[in-house]
Amino acid sequence: MQYLVNGLTIGSFYALVALGYTMIYGIIRLINFAHGDLFMAGAFIGWTVLGAFAGMHAPAALLLIVALLVAMAVIGLLAVGIDRIAYQPLLRASRLSILITALGVSLALENGAMMLFGAGFDTYPTNLLPTTGFLLGGAHVTWVQVGMFVLSILLMAALYLFVQFTPVGTAMRALSFDQDAARLMGVNVEGVIMITFLLGGSLAAASGVMMGLYYTQINFLMGFLMGLRAFTSAVLGGIGNIPGAMVGGLLIGLLQSFAAGYISSQWQDVIVFAVLILVLVFKPTGLLGERVVERM
Amino acid sequence: MALLEVRGLHTFYGNIEALKGVSLEVEEGEIVALLGANGAGKTTTLRTISGLERARSGSVTLRGKDITRARAHEIVLLGLSHVPEGRRVFANLTVEENLNLGAYLFRRQPKRIEERREAVYGIFPRLHERRSQLAGTLSGGEQQMLAIGRAMMVEPKVLALDEPSMGLAPILVRQIFSIIEEIRQRGTAILLVEQNARQALRLADRGYVLETGQVVLQDTAQVLAEDPRVRAAYLGGEPEVKAPQEADTQS
Repeated sequence: MQYLVNGLTIGSFYALVALGYTMIYGIIRLINFAHGDLFMAGAFIGWTVLGAFAGMHAPAALLLIVALLVAMAVIGLLAVGIDRIAYQPLLRASRLSILITALGVSLALENGAMMLFGAGFDTYPTNLLPTTGFLLGGAHVTWVQVGMFVLSILLMAALYLFVQFTPVGTAMRALSFDQDAARLMGVNVEGVIMITFLLGGSLAAASGVMMGLYYTQINFLMGFLMGLRAFTSAVLGGIGNIPGAMVGGLLIGLLQSFAAGYISSQWQDVIVFAVLILVLVFKPTGLLGERVVERM
Repeated sequence: MALLEVRGLHTFYGNIEALKGVSLEVEEGEIVALLGANGAGKTTTLRTISGLERARSGSVTLRGKDITRARAHEIVLLGLSHVPEGRRVFANLTVEENLNLGAYLFRRQPKRIEERREAVYGIFPRLHERRSQLAGTLSGGEQQMLAIGRAMMVEPKVLALDEPSMGLAPILVRQIFSIIEEIRQRGTAILLVEQNARQALRLADRGYVLETGQVVLQDTAQVLAEDPRVRAAYLGGEPEVKAPQEADTQS
């Protein structure tokens, strides 16, 4: 039961990052290797904001909200900047050049963060969050876990509603299917791609801030492993599929938590990535797969 | 000045010159047919006009505005809608979502979108029946209706249609062609690319014949239908012989 609670909490962090992978893959067929590093950068922005206001005796809730919003805004804009500078010029080039560029952006972000924040671990303040909780079926559930899970679900629901029911969201789904046809409908394809990066980046940042608060320690390399786990989640759910990324993230979180609990925490990533390989071999379309569509 | 004027258009795919100086005009209220064999440059001409391909030289003018360098979504705003070859409906969206997307330019005016949608359902009642179905589950004819209806959502001044009859049964082809006529009656000029030259010329006012990226013939549809070269190249080989005979008795 305890593993279930822990797994759902970290799973919701994975899901938020996995959404960015899956949305960006969905519209420009790019595995954005730099996406995990946006998560890392978000954690650092949140940490910086909390540090800057540490001396003032502002209410903790207000501080947390400000840190979260600032991190989401900054990283959303950073993702748009990366898209404009590094990816847009390559949209019509071969898939490989844009993939390699993404790797380069990832390295640039990691080393940039190392320069700015140092190579060591930084620590989130621990006095902002309540440590209390309650017992549920023998598991200790903290209010922090509940709050973070609920916030993640709310963000995901908001994203889902946006994509499903707004004109821009419809345009996103349309251009993931056929870019030229979307242009002919009057959709500014480059603009919609930028909005996708904005949303993907800010969700990753929200995840980064929550992860920082949850585990308290952050490091410039934390995005790498997160990126791989979130990517696995996206593939498990069916890459390009938004509900798939949400489900995949939660499943990977649960899997990791149970693997760490029943086998060994040393083996948790082995098991997670074994799942990635198994999915790729036996069901490359993932659990929710891409809907089969007919043309003509 | 014509509604749509194309002057000396040159378009390249890599080093291959697909268009070698194509010029054509579409006047208000006209149906203009663009004929030619496979690979003659018909589709490239439409794609260059609507901004999906960049012209290396030449110009495209729509309602007096130079749109040669405009981007595809800006051209829609200026009044030209392009129904691409193979329909290209968004199979992952419902019929209604496809139509709404056609009116993406009006996305802040839900009232107007609804009015346009009703108007399009008026032309294509079939789409209304199927409005909540995924477009990928429609038949070929229904998808073509959706592709045309989607383009009509913005009330274009010019509608460019690429092979609307492709892959459709003869009865559906007739239905689509009568809808094209109806659209013209409502005040939209039409630039029609067709393999089915006979039916296209029966519907059109004027026509152009493209060969290897150049206009080799241009005239009224009636004259083109009787032109021995056109008949040999595009009308002769077809099994149906009724139309040319009609043309003969008229001359």
